[in-house]
Amino acid sequence: MAGDAMNAIEARRLTRELPGPVPVTLVRDVDLKVNRGEFVAVTGPSGSGKSSLLYLLGLLDVPTSGSVLLHGHETAGLSADDMAQLRLARIGFVFQFHFLLPEFTCQANVEIPIRRLAALSDSQARKRAEALLDSLELADHRRKYPDQLSGGQRQRVAIARALANDPPLILADEPTGNLDTRTAALVFELFRKLAHDQGRTVLVVTHDAELAQTADRRIHLVDGRIIS
Amino acid sequence: MALPLGLSIALQHLSHRRRQTLVSLLGVSLGVAFFIGISSMMQGFQRDFIARIIDVQPHVIVKDEVRAAPRQAVERAFPDGAISLRGLKPREEVRGIRGARNMLATLEEVPGVHVAPALSGNLLLRFGGKDVSVNVTGIQPERERHVTHLEKDLLSGSLDALYTTSNAIIIGEGIAAKAGIRKDDLISAVSPVGVVLKMKVVGIFRSNITLMDNFETYTLLKKAQILQNRANVINRLNVRLDDVERAGPLAASIERQFGYRSEPWQEQSRNVLGIFVIQNAIMYSTVTAILIVACFGIFNVISTVVFEKTRDIGILKSMGFRDKDIRRIFVLEGLIVGIIGTLIGWLIGWGLIEFMASLDFKMEGFVKAQGFVLYRTPKHYAISAAMAIVSATLAAWVPARRASQLNPVDIVRGAG
Repeated sequence: MAGDAMNAIEARRLTRELPGPVPVTLVRDVDLKVNRGEFVAVTGPSGSGKSSLLYLLGLLDVPTSGSVLLHGHETAGLSADDMAQLRLARIGFVFQFHFLLPEFTCQANVEIPIRRLAALSDSQARKRAEALLDSLELADHRRKYPDQLSGGQRQRVAIARALANDPPLILADEPTGNLDTRTAALVFELFRKLAHDQGRTVLVVTHDAELAQTADRRIHLVDGRIIS
Repeated sequence: MALPLGLSIALQHLSHRRRQTLVSLLGVSLGVAFFIGISSMMQGFQRDFIARIIDVQPHVIVKDEVRAAPRQAVERAFPDGAISLRGLKPREEVRGIRGARNMLATLEEVPGVHVAPALSGNLLLRFGGKDVSVNVTGIQPERERHVTHLEKDLLSGSLDALYTTSNAIIIGEGIAAKAGIRKDDLISAVSPVGVVLKMKVVGIFRSNITLMDNFETYTLLKKAQILQNRANVINRLNVRLDDVERAGPLAASIERQFGYRSEPWQEQSRNVLGIFVIQNAIMYSTVTAILIVACFGIFNVISTVVFEKTRDIGILKSMGFRDKDIRRIFVLEGLIVGIIGTLIGWLIGWGLIEFMASLDFKMEGFVKAQGFVLYRTPKHYAISAAMAIVSATLAAWVPARRASQLNPVDIVRGAG
């Protein structure tokens, strides 16, 4: 299995259907391998199933058939609690909306996943959150609440939160959808660094073809199938 | 920031919905406070009443009655008779306890038991053109003083005056007030069998049990037997025990041994004790109703928070919060409202009790009382806390379950 372990993500004949009177297939027979430390952009028109694929790979959703292997480990058949634990420790999510908790400061928002994992003491958690925010040039905004920040700043706090438990896998769903071009480019640059400098595997869903060009690899989806 | 994560999120949610939270807090507090106040008042009254009954009345009364109608001679002679007789004229039984002297002697042998014989009947008192119908009880003062409270209840006069004055009678305060009788007045007493006696009032008593003060009079046993024209007859044995708890078993064993109806104090007062049961039921249902309303309040706040915080719930779940972590947060919110509400309710309840204790008024019902008799016990605080916290948690459980079952994909996709 040593060879398989090289793949951070592996999808085997992944299919996701929404049941109903008229079943809708979101993702169809997707086979995919992503290497460690690779920065991959997933593109496609809206409704092509790129977000659905991301949720399946991030264990937020369960496939109708097929399976997902993370770092060589089969995830099919894991309980909901086990999947939550994997998301907590191994996967960092960034969404189009920052989804920061509005009642908590930036610092506290970043601390939440650390404290949930409870591998660090409270004071260590605070230091880690501070360090993360500092590294994203948010040192001055630690005590601020999300609604006191600009869109780009908020998204950077959300990235800091995704990195909170030092996950090897970063999954981003349209992270630049609400940002202006310049800020979006900065955020993409940040993802590239996370992959190339820190060795994390980064998968970004975007509809911006220009930004997608900066990724190591592009996966293009149409109607739930990988076209290229 | 040292608070546990779930708790700090729960507190944030509640402080975000401050007004709704305060309303449901108030609901819980009022439920708890009313429970404490009302139960202190009611139990205070009930315990006081029972203490008075135990203090004043005989613990067991043996009456000249039997529980089942006596079988007639013909039924006894032919127990398996094939013919049933109708229109049978029952044998006249002499009223009164037969072998009372023997019973008295037997019971007096038992340690911790005091017995006094009595004959009670009706009497009409005439004084100054007023007629008062009363109950007259013939007693033996030297025995009576060990069995009932009469001697201690005397406002004036003494029990021994029944011996030293001829045709002496002791009357209740209510009778004295009604007919305008004072101590040492001479009154005429007319019995149902037509005996008329001039009697001298040698004492007036006040038991604070309204019924007794308005209807009871006492005279010597011999005098009562003359009034009722029932020489040597006793129709009641009053028993007082050193240990009240033995009343039930003792009454049962007397009844088994002698056949006469023996009523322990619980049975004598069963009407009132039955009212207490109803009183308690009313109190509990009132408090339950208040708490149910409070529960709707809690349910409402937490449902609103769940609805408003759907996005937060989605992100927390995507971050790796398990279903039970989410559920815990919202149940915790109910628990917080329950606990804080309880603490405030304790304070209000305590204040309510102290306020009622400071009131001073006269009332006359079953008993005469001055102000509320209050019973203070930590038990009421504990029961109210348990009820409030359990119901608050249950009210939170439903929205908490719904929150935990939200699908994060629906939330993050819906927002995107």
